[in-house]
Amino acid sequence: MTTTGLALASNACIYAAMVTLTLAMISFAVSFAAGRRRVAVAVAQEVPVAAGGTALLERMPTNDDSSTGRRSGNIAMSLTWLSFGLLLIGVVLRGIWAGRVPWGNMYEFSISSALGILAVFLFLSTRHDLRWLGLFITIPTLLTLGLAVTVLYTEAAQLVPALKSYWLIIHVSAAIICAGAFTLAAATAALSIVRSRAERRPGEVTGMMAKVPDAQRLQTLTYRTVAFSFPLWTFAVVAGAIWAENAWGRYWGWDPKETWAFITWVVFAAYLHARSTAGWRGDRAAWIAIIGWVSFLVNYFGVNIFVNSLHSYAGVG
Amino acid sequence: MTTSSVDAREQVPLPPMGAVGFARWSWRQLTSMRTALILLFLLAIASIPGSVLPQRGNDPIAVRNWIEDAPTMGPILDRLGFFEVYSSPWFSAVYLLLFISLVGCVIPRAAQHWRAMLALPPAPPRNLSRLAGTIEQTSGLDPQQVIDSAASVLRKQRWRVRVEEPAEAGSASGSSWVAAEKGYLRETGNLVFHLSLVLLLVAVAVGGLFGWKGNVIVREGRGFANTLTQYDAWGGGAFVNPATLPDFSFTLTDFRVDFERSGAQRGAPSFFEADVTYRTNVSAAEQTDVIEVNHPLEISGAKIFLVGHGYAPKFVVRDAAGKVVFDDEVPFLPQDGNFTSTGVVKAPDGTPQLGFRGLFLPTSALDDVRGPHSVFPAPDDPSVFLSAWQGDLGLDAGAPQSVYRLDTVAMTQLGLEALRPGDIWVLPNGSGSVTMTGFTRWASFQIARDPGKEFALVSAILAITGLMCSLFMRRRRVWVRATQAANGITVVQVAGLARKSTLDDLQSPSLEAELRDLANALRGPEIASSTVKEPK
Ligand code: HEM
Repeated sequence: MTTTGLALASNACIYAAMVTLTLAMISFAVSFAAGRRRVAVAVAQEVPVAAGGTALLERMPTNDDSSTGRRSGNIAMSLTWLSFGLLLIGVVLRGIWAGRVPWGNMYEFSISSALGILAVFLFLSTRHDLRWLGLFITIPTLLTLGLAVTVLYTEAAQLVPALKSYWLIIHVSAAIICAGAFTLAAATAALSIVRSRAERRPGEVTGMMAKVPDAQRLQTLTYRTVAFSFPLWTFAVVAGAIWAENAWGRYWGWDPKETWAFITWVVFAAYLHARSTAGWRGDRAAWIAIIGWVSFLVNYFGVNIFVNSLHSYAGVG
Repeated sequence: MTTSSVDAREQVPLPPMGAVGFARWSWRQLTSMRTALILLFLLAIASIPGSVLPQRGNDPIAVRNWIEDAPTMGPILDRLGFFEVYSSPWFSAVYLLLFISLVGCVIPRAAQHWRAMLALPPAPPRNLSRLAGTIEQTSGLDPQQVIDSAASVLRKQRWRVRVEEPAEAGSASGSSWVAAEKGYLRETGNLVFHLSLVLLLVAVAVGGLFGWKGNVIVREGRGFANTLTQYDAWGGGAFVNPATLPDFSFTLTDFRVDFERSGAQRGAPSFFEADVTYRTNVSAAEQTDVIEVNHPLEISGAKIFLVGHGYAPKFVVRDAAGKVVFDDEVPFLPQDGNFTSTGVVKAPDGTPQLGFRGLFLPTSALDDVRGPHSVFPAPDDPSVFLSAWQGDLGLDAGAPQSVYRLDTVAMTQLGLEALRPGDIWVLPNGSGSVTMTGFTRWASFQIARDPGKEFALVSAILAITGLMCSLFMRRRRVWVRATQAANGITVVQVAGLARKSTLDDLQSPSLEAELRDLANALRGPEIASSTVKEPK
């Protein structure tokens, strides 16, 4: 394939991924809106286990969704997988076209981050039923991709010399996974706030919020996601510092990009603390997780576009 | 001193009277989790202004411009430290308080953890069947044997094990148990993580006190020797003696750069590298190396980084008598991505003295709005725009002058002219002439030594390791109790409890699996049944 052929193919894949993801989002929305009120089915108190057999403990009450809801939820999951595949091909082709890792400018960071969000979500969905979360994951992913193809699009070019380092691969791949995980954590945190508000109202939880797990479980999911991504983010920041030391002769210089990476780190550390502080574990902790995600976004969009920083290799404007 | 009856463990809502009581109360407040949380927040907020306002350490010129543009706010913000946020008293106060709180929090916890690691696992609760996930089964072995095999299985899996033999072995009421605990690494990891943050702070401080950093511009073909006077800018910590810098030297033999010619990033450098020859000390043999952006040269613990580059046009200046009063290459500083560069030529040897302000354009263009400027960073069509001045350069006044600024208060302007390489400009009124004979390139280097950086890296690695242990390990206990029932059958209970972890709020599936495996391992040949209890 010629170079332009690769470029066209990459772009086509990205667009196809967006179309598929839009369909997935619609299906998630349908499944979210269609379900009847969830009926909590009490689980047997004692499950006798045959000798040598495994004790399978049913932990979640089963979902008594309407069949429309379930079917569109399943369709949505399949579409999300398809979109992930297309996006992956698009990102890989972009890399082949550019002849390097596809992390040279903001367009490439954005499509890779979208891939990261879907990857974390789909990975977790193989272990838990996360169909209820799909709507809140496809929306930020689509926004990221939309921004990428409209505002941030740039032709592939050589990396500026500062980016030519294998630390780029280490640092950026960790950051991209964190982008996915922080987004997921913010989504479950936001849901847990809305859900706990619904739970505080008298009577049973009805409507949309009946479709998501209870606040306690959402908070736990948020915590797990942050607990996974916080060490990774720490690692990403340290890798960035090593790289900066190699390129500019200092490992930390309070450049705006570094400062916001630090702020994000401190806010998520505060989140983990809040989870162990009396009176802070519930909604307040959830808000801190959301603030952490926002500071991640500030670092990504705000600093790259508006601030003149050593790291301004965005290739936009 | 009055005796304070305040219990150290008690939460006190109001500060008590008395110096000791108040001090104790304050200390407890400072080392509480809530204070740590608030200080972390303050730290995040205090970091923000430094990312919005220019900082002196990174960009002193931008700071000066900012203050000039905002004559009221500028000086106020400056006095409050907003242009040096990360060394300002308020920022330092926040992080120092946080670290005092951290130490005050971690040390008692470390002591407590030490005691916990020495202590034996606690005895099982009386009623094990009330715990979630307890497995009950029967065994044909007698309690003693069950407990022995449980203990050996657990020991093999590196649990800390405590065995309690039945009071009267073999009797009908005989009940023996084994208690085991695992996952101390969680708390250890947490303590290591917090302490490594202190180490990291120390490493940063060491770098600040014992490190130094300088910048220098070296023209192609020229050399540099590592002494203070050769630097354009130099800064060192309180404990650095500038007279004893390592005596290495290097020469920039060749500088190569290439730019993107097309695409969105047209004009961005695609590579630049500097060929150098160097000596590690005055008497050492000469060696060669190539310094690139991500490839510094390390000599005697100092690292030489390539941080920038530019052009140095070459001029020959003659005075009215035709005598050469200046003949050199002058580094011009790039002002934009296309290397429109400014610089100054001073010829103090002429009478009267001559001075020139210049604009070097590697690829020249001229328009009404922007005036002369460069449209591409490579020297495709180089030229200089000069304004010539005659009079007193002000060099004799004694005050140090920047080589990049021409002080024209005591000078009169002679005219403006554009020159290409080889062009000569005969100045008006027979004041002399200037020839642009060509140009060369220069590279700028940052030379830095940070003796704390390896230490900082080790602290960071320790911190990440500790963090992972802290977040992913679980402290958990397992109990096995074997009781001889009236009918002679041994009833075995396998129970466990996981302490808070990533899996908190939920039952721990992995503990369940561990209990199951243990129960299976204890299963003798004749088993009746086993039962799992769900939490009520
Ligand atoms: C530089 C400031 C600090 C940072 C970045 C920080 C960061 C963290 C992080 C990321 C955790 C989560 C690890 C885990 O859950 O095991 C944690 C836990 C903890 N931190 Fe800090 N911390 C700081 C200061 C402090 C201070 C001042 C205190 C004491 C008041 C403290 C007490 C604790 C405690 C008790 C835990 C364990 C909570 C638990 O068992 O879940 N930390 N810290």
